[in-house]
Amino acid sequence: MKEFFRRAARSKPLLFLPLLLLSGCNWAILDPQGPIGRAEKSLVFTAVILMLIVVVPVIVLTLAFAWHFRASNKKAVYRPDFHHSTTIEIVVWVIPCLIVLALGILTWKTTHALDPYKPLVAQNDEKPIEVDVIALDWKWLFVYPQLHIASVNELAMPVGASVDFRITSGTVMNAFFIPQLGTQIYAMGGMQTEVHLAADHAGTYHGLSANFSGDGFSGMTFNAIAMDQSGFDAWVQKVRGSSQVLDTQSYAQLSKASENVPVTYYGTVNGDIFGEQIASFVGSAPSMKMKSNGDQASAKGTGAMNGMSGM
Amino acid sequence: MLGRLTWSAIPLNNPIEMGAVGLMGIVVLIVLGFVARYNLWVYLWKEWITTIDHKKIGIMYILMALVMLLRGFADAIMMRTQLAFSHGASHGYLPPEHYDQIFSAHGVIMIFFVAMPFVIGFMNVAVPLQIGARDVAFPFLNSISFWLTFVGMALVNLSLAIGEFGQAGWLAYPPLSELKYSPGSGIDYWIWSLQISGIGTLLTGVNFFVTIIKMRAPGMTFMRMPVFVWTILCTSILIMAAFPVLTATIGMLTLDRYLDFHFFTNDGGGNQMMYVNLIWAWGHPEVYILILPVFGVFSEVVSTYSSKRLFAYTSMVWATVSITVLSFVVWLHHFFTMGSGADVNAFFGISTMIIAIPTGVKIFNWLFTMYGGRVRYEPAMLWTVGFMVTFTIGGMTGVMMAVPGIDFIVHNSLFLIAHFHNVIIGGVVFGCFAGLNYWFPKMFGFRLESKWGTRSFWLWLVGFYVAFVPLYALGFMGATRRMEHYDNPTWVPYMWVALFGALLIFAGIICSILQIVVSIRDRKQLMDVTGDVWGGRTLEWAIPSPPPFYNFATTPTVNDAEPLWDAKQRGTIERQARDHYEDIHMPKNTGAGFIIAIFAGVFGFAMIWYIWWLAILSVVGIILTLIIRTCNDDIDYYVPGEEVARIEKAHFLKVASLETEKQHAD
Repeated sequence: MKEFFRRAARSKPLLFLPLLLLSGCNWAILDPQGPIGRAEKSLVFTAVILMLIVVVPVIVLTLAFAWHFRASNKKAVYRPDFHHSTTIEIVVWVIPCLIVLALGILTWKTTHALDPYKPLVAQNDEKPIEVDVIALDWKWLFVYPQLHIASVNELAMPVGASVDFRITSGTVMNAFFIPQLGTQIYAMGGMQTEVHLAADHAGTYHGLSANFSGDGFSGMTFNAIAMDQSGFDAWVQKVRGSSQVLDTQSYAQLSKASENVPVTYYGTVNGDIFGEQIASFVGSAPSMKMKSNGDQASAKGTGAMNGMSGM
Repeated sequence: MLGRLTWSAIPLNNPIEMGAVGLMGIVVLIVLGFVARYNLWVYLWKEWITTIDHKKIGIMYILMALVMLLRGFADAIMMRTQLAFSHGASHGYLPPEHYDQIFSAHGVIMIFFVAMPFVIGFMNVAVPLQIGARDVAFPFLNSISFWLTFVGMALVNLSLAIGEFGQAGWLAYPPLSELKYSPGSGIDYWIWSLQISGIGTLLTGVNFFVTIIKMRAPGMTFMRMPVFVWTILCTSILIMAAFPVLTATIGMLTLDRYLDFHFFTNDGGGNQMMYVNLIWAWGHPEVYILILPVFGVFSEVVSTYSSKRLFAYTSMVWATVSITVLSFVVWLHHFFTMGSGADVNAFFGISTMIIAIPTGVKIFNWLFTMYGGRVRYEPAMLWTVGFMVTFTIGGMTGVMMAVPGIDFIVHNSLFLIAHFHNVIIGGVVFGCFAGLNYWFPKMFGFRLESKWGTRSFWLWLVGFYVAFVPLYALGFMGATRRMEHYDNPTWVPYMWVALFGALLIFAGIICSILQIVVSIRDRKQLMDVTGDVWGGRTLEWAIPSPPPFYNFATTPTVNDAEPLWDAKQRGTIERQARDHYEDIHMPKNTGAGFIIAIFAGVFGFAMIWYIWWLAILSVVGIILTLIIRTCNDDIDYYVPGEEVARIEKAHFLKVASLETEKQHAD
């Protein structure tokens, strides 16, 4: 028994818990590395503080009343007929209303400011970079349409540049998510969603699918690597050096189900793989086809919901 | 002949599943052996299977919920264990295809076959008694409802032994749940068990709506209904409005899977977003179908154990009604990340927050009900105070996620898992235990002892926080739901703490079982002699425990929202039997509901395995049973007034003799 305790004391998990709570680098969401994630983190704090105004008194009063008015406390007054007080009722309706009013205004403003379809305002003269993202069983394909290269399960981006993602799925629904950069968005077959993200600092950020998609779901992770312009150029050269070509045939091969797929580079991309993927599902029903011009859709703020206009 | 059903459907090579099947088989055999040993077949058939007495149906619902709680909890422990071990090079002990079935089954069982039957059980036990009625409006329909739910539950459990369960989560989002991506029998088990039990629930909604509208005792105006009855009225409305949406949505998925339709497929003009919208158009009201009844339970409990009238009854009623209405305009908050425009997202975010206002008001009203009270800490009251604190925290994290900008980073993460367990455990489960402790004496004639009940409460409460606070934290670390393996080593300690919390809850469940066992053993000491063991305020406490099969010997007249309290104040409680009673008109028991449900279960099984002839045969069976039942005119009878007088006299004599006995003892 003694030995057990000694070993338990020596083994890490519980003892290091306070340390874990303090060290920032594990808290993906609370340690954002881009403008979107930063705004969302501060939103978390603002909302929580606003709500604590009512949550803390409720909890304190609950415990206080529960203790003070216990049956064994003969000092507490007993008022069996106290069941109405206009003042209290006004207060308990008005205070939540005011807090929700404040939260509502905050929500309206931030939801528009953080609309995933809204392009980021350039902080410097970095040109935006376009990335087409396709969720497959069970890996991520990133196509760089301006550079005609592609990679599997590795995403590179220059620091400070707005990365304009267009996202679809070659299989079931997934969600494209890089926690430290912010906003996730669904990847859906036959449809295109969008999100615009940027990284402030060089670094490697964990990316994943946040919507369950089947057996290989847990292994559907990737690294998003933010690097300075020269580093990014070098990365592009490295990918270009790959002899693999992404075309209709090799894409069909890649689309087949596979799990825990290692990073793969395609030095050349032939054709509009992203557009063809969407067309392969909606080709037979042209009226359902999504606009491939994301800017137009985002300007109206309707985006992927076009398909639901009938609802 | 047997469709696609072959020997390979039985998972003989999977030791974990076969172990579970074996365990289930042993339990069933023990129960059957017990029934055979004491030759209880006739008793079971006459008193329980064919019963249309709302009190017995309620007891069966609650029993089913408790048994299924064990099954659903076993799934939970398996998931937590997997995640404690499955990181880095280790992949735990469950392969993905098994883990995926477990989390799908856990959600389905806990929502549809634990929470739903639990609250419907309370509806059955308490509503007719609280409104002074002899039964529900349609007692035979009530029996069908129960047995359909039972059969749905049986199908889910059958999937363990024959075939597999769904692997697409508890809501089976397409395209993953389409035939192309889930060709096995799992999704079909999901479809048919939900369709069959869903119809049962819909019929329950209709039944209780009519019961409450039409069968209240004279003088019980709407604003004199107990708050529990109000919450059930609103719940019934929600059920009637929401469950047809579920039936239709699953119906469309069924057409996709069986007849190659394209409602929700990737190709052929299907639209998966439509499914997600429809399922949540049912799914969000469903959340309130679960929570409104327990709000009712807490209202009864807090006022009874504080020995005080409920604070702000009118405001409580309007809060309930506004939650009912608002619950239909918030469904989109389940998928802010689908790409809707900012206007749409902001609208649904704000409407979600607005629901927090009436909910907050309710919490304040319970708070001020305790104010100036004499609060007695029986287990039911402990659960209630535990709920008020825990639910407030869960409400806060819920409103956080109602802000789309926050949801974008915590959607589908373990933060979400922690949030909804925070409101479902801290709300629905705590409420069900409060209700069980509160109404148990009414159901069985003796109360639950409080020592094990108190232990159970503390273990659940502490266990909940230990299990789910780490999940809140993990959500902030970017851990997503439904993963069965992860690489980040810093998550490991949190996963272990969560597992430890689950084990504490397990200890809480054991204490609950012991509480029931010990109470049955000591039932003599725990006997509820008068029928009013807690100092109740509503009509169910005005009659004996358990109530006679006809409930009320004479129809009560109501002058107040708390009729029994009112009568106590005025000293108008009857202390002895009357000389004369009217004949009482009662419905006769029938096996038709059970038979129809069995046919429905066979139909479901036949559809799952593509055994078309059997499916057709069972539909014919259902229709024939219905016709035979409809042509049967011998469905009711009269209890003679003398018989009523005999039963009532016996009760009052027993009360008198036990009270003298007690005085002597004192």
